[in-house]
Amino acid sequence: MTTEHRQAAPPAKGGAVPRPTTDPSAASRSALQDPKEKRRAERRSRRYRWDIKYSPYAFISPFFLFFAAFGLFPLLYTGWAALHSSSMLTPNDMEWVGFDNFTRLWDDEFFWTALRNTFTIGIISTVPQLLMALGLAHLLNYKLRGSMFYRVAILTPYATSIAAATLVFAMLYGRDYGVINWGLDLIGIDRIDWQAGTWSSQFAVATIVIWRWTGYNTLIYLAAMQAVPNDLYESAALDGASRWKQFIHITLPALRPTILFTVVVSTIGATQLFGEPLLFAGDPSGGTQHQYQTLGLYMYEMGWINRHLGRAAAIAWSMFLLLIVIGLIYWVITRIIGRSTGEED
Amino acid sequence: MRQEDDDVMRNTTRTTSRSRRRATRTVAVGLTAVLATAFLGACSSDDGDDGNGDEDGNITLRIGLFGQFGYEEAGLYDEYMEANPHITIQQDLTSENADYITQLRTRLAQNSGLADIQAVEVGNIAEMTGELSPRWVDFNEYDTDLSHFVPWKVDQATDAEGRVIGLGSDIGPTGICYRVDHFEAAGLPTDREEVSELFAGGWEDYLAVGEDFMANAPDDVAFLDSAGGLFNAVVSAYEERYTNEAGEVVYQESEGVQTAWDLSIQAAEAGITDQQRQFADEWESALANGAFATLPACPAWMLTTIQSHAGDAGAGLWDVARSPAPSNWGGSFIGVTEASEHKEEAVALAEWLTAPEQQAKVFSNAGNFPSSATAQQSDDVQNATNEYYPGVPTGQIFSAAAAEIPSSPIGPNDQIIQESITNGLVTVEQQGNDPESAWDDVVSNLDNALAE
Repeated sequence: MTTEHRQAAPPAKGGAVPRPTTDPSAASRSALQDPKEKRRAERRSRRYRWDIKYSPYAFISPFFLFFAAFGLFPLLYTGWAALHSSSMLTPNDMEWVGFDNFTRLWDDEFFWTALRNTFTIGIISTVPQLLMALGLAHLLNYKLRGSMFYRVAILTPYATSIAAATLVFAMLYGRDYGVINWGLDLIGIDRIDWQAGTWSSQFAVATIVIWRWTGYNTLIYLAAMQAVPNDLYESAALDGASRWKQFIHITLPALRPTILFTVVVSTIGATQLFGEPLLFAGDPSGGTQHQYQTLGLYMYEMGWINRHLGRAAAIAWSMFLLLIVIGLIYWVITRIIGRSTGEED
Repeated sequence: MRQEDDDVMRNTTRTTSRSRRRATRTVAVGLTAVLATAFLGACSSDDGDDGNGDEDGNITLRIGLFGQFGYEEAGLYDEYMEANPHITIQQDLTSENADYITQLRTRLAQNSGLADIQAVEVGNIAEMTGELSPRWVDFNEYDTDLSHFVPWKVDQATDAEGRVIGLGSDIGPTGICYRVDHFEAAGLPTDREEVSELFAGGWEDYLAVGEDFMANAPDDVAFLDSAGGLFNAVVSAYEERYTNEAGEVVYQESEGVQTAWDLSIQAAEAGITDQQRQFADEWESALANGAFATLPACPAWMLTTIQSHAGDAGAGLWDVARSPAPSNWGGSFIGVTEASEHKEEAVALAEWLTAPEQQAKVFSNAGNFPSSATAQQSDDVQNATNEYYPGVPTGQIFSAAAAEIPSSPIGPNDQIIQESITNGLVTVEQQGNDPESAWDDVVSNLDNALAE
C-alpha cells in the first residue's frame, strides 16, 4: 500500500490530488480556476487526507475489535460481576453488593494462604528455572556438534501438553508407588508423602514448572547471546579472560534487558499458575489443607466448585491488580537499571 | 513481485491506478468488516447445527454422559437405532463427573451447547431441581411411566413444583467388598455368610474385625482403604446427613455425620487404613496391588471399578458381604434439556433407556444396578452373576441391600461438604493432625465455601 500512496501523490505531474498549500505549481493553479474541477479536486484531496489519516486505523482495527470482544469486555464484565453476589448457576441474577467481595478478601485466610503459596511456588520455580536457562544457553552458545539437536530437544518439554506432563509427574511423586520414593527408598531415605506436606508439595509443583519452561527461556537467552558481537569475546580472550570471566563481564551485561524480560514474563506466569497444581492432585482444593492452592486455583474453586461467581470475579480482579503492581515495580527497576548503566557509560 | 507491480503501475493510466487504489481500499475495509462481524457473529450465535433433521425426518440425538453408563456396552444404542431407523444416537462421554458437571453447569446457565439428553449424578441432582430446574423438560408433561422406579429415586428428581426433571438410570446399594485371600491369610473366615455375620452387629464390629485382621495380616496390607471411605459408608445409612428436609445445611448437628466422623477417626488412629484418597491415582494403584482388604462402602458399580483397576490378576479374589447398614452411594439420572430441538424424540429415548428391560440388560452387561423396582425383581437381575466374581450372587446381594436404603434429603452443597470432611479425615490419617482441630478446619473451610 505504501508504494501506491507514494506514486499516487506526485505533485510534479500536474496533480490529480494536489495539496493546495504545498503545491503552488502553475498547472494546478489553472486547473483550480474551473469551479467544478476545483470542487472535485477538493473532494479528492479531502479523501486523500482521510485515507492517509484513517486507513491505518482500519488496518489495525481487527486486533482492537478482537481485543475489545475477547479481552476488554470479559475484563470489564468480570469487574462488574465482582461487585455483585451471583451464583454460577444463574449468572444473570445479580445482586449489587458494592465492594463487599473485595473487602471480605482481607479477612479471608484462604485467600492469603493462596497468595502466599503463589508467591513461594513462584520463587522456587522461577529462580532456578532462569538460572538453569542462563547456564544452558551459555553452553549451547558454544560451537557444538549437533547443536541443532540440543536446541530442539531443549524445547520439547515446552511443547508437551501441560496435562500429560503433570500426570506423569504426579505418578513420579506418588507416595506408595512413585518412582521418586522408590529411588529414595533404595538409597535408604524415608519415603516422602509429597502431596501431603507444604514444602514437599510446593517443591513438586515447582519442578513441573521448571521442567516445562526452562527450555523456552534457554532459547530466548540463546537468541540474545547470539546477538552479542563476537569481537568482544575475541578481544577478551586475547586479554586472557577465562570463559567464566567472559560470561560475567560480556554475556551478562549484554543480556540484561533480555533477563528482565524473562523475569517479567515468568512472574506473570507464576502469578497465574493453574494447570500444574490443579492436575497434580486432580482437584482445585490444592491439597487437603490447601497447602499448594494458588490464587488461580482458589478462584476456580470459588467459581466452579462453590459456584460463587461474584467472589471468584473479585479474586480474578485482585490478581489483575496484583499484576499491575508487579508491572509497575519492574518498570521502576528498569528505570533505575537504565540510569545506572547510563552513568557507567 | 513488488518490482513487477511497480512496472505495471507505471505503464497504466492514472485513472486505472486510482480506481484500483480505491478498489483495494474498499476491499480492505470491507474484508475487515466482514471478518470482524463474521467472527463475532460466529461466537455469539448458538444454533448448533447438530440435531437438525433433514427432509426425510432423519435426526441425530446427542446424549451427554460421564463415567460408565453401560448403554453402549449393552448394545442399547444399536438396538434403538435399528428399531427407529430415522434416529441416529451420538454419545459424548466425559470420563469424570467432576469435569462433566462443571461443563454441564455452565452450559445450563447459558442454555446453550447442551446435548438432547444429559446425565446428572445423584450428588448434583439438588442443583438441577433447584435453580436450574427450568432448563429441564418435565417428564410429567409427556406422561412418562414413573411407577416402575423406586419411589425415593423419583422424589430426588422432583422439584418444588412437582416437575420431574430426570429419570433414574441406576442406584448404588452397598455391600462390603473384601479380598478373600487376605482374609484367609489373616486367619479370618472367608465364606460370604460368615463374613457378613462378623459385621452384622454394626460398624463397631467392623472396626473390631479390622484390629484382629491387622494383628495377623500379611505385611503392607491394610484392613480398609481410607477413613473417608468408612465415613461415606457410615453416614450414607442415615436419613439426615448434610441437609435436612427443609433444605438447611445441618452437617454440624447431624447425628449421622457425628457418628461417622467418630468411627472414621477411630479407624484412622487405630492405623488400620491404607491412608488413601478414594479414586486418586495412588488409590487405584493400591487397589491393583491389593494393598487393602476391604472397601467398606461397595456399591454395585464399584465392582466394575475394581475389575478395571485390579485387572486379570484380581479376578476371583474379591467377594461381597452384607453391610451392617446398607446405604445408597451414587447412581444417576438422565434428563432432557429444554434446549433440545427434538424433545419429543429425546424423551422417548430416555424413557426407553431407563425402562425395566433395558436397566436389567445394563446390569448384566455393565453392573450398574437398576433404579427400577420392576427391573430389580426381574429374574435377569435376581439371578445375575459376574464372571470376574465367580460364585458371587451379585443380583441377590444388591437387591437385598436396595430394599433397606433410607430415603434421605439431598442438598446442592452435599458434595462440597463431604469433600471437605474427607479432606479433614485425610489430614488426621496422613499427618496425624489432632481430630479436634481437623474438625475445626473442616468447619471454617465450609463456612468460607458455603457463604454467598
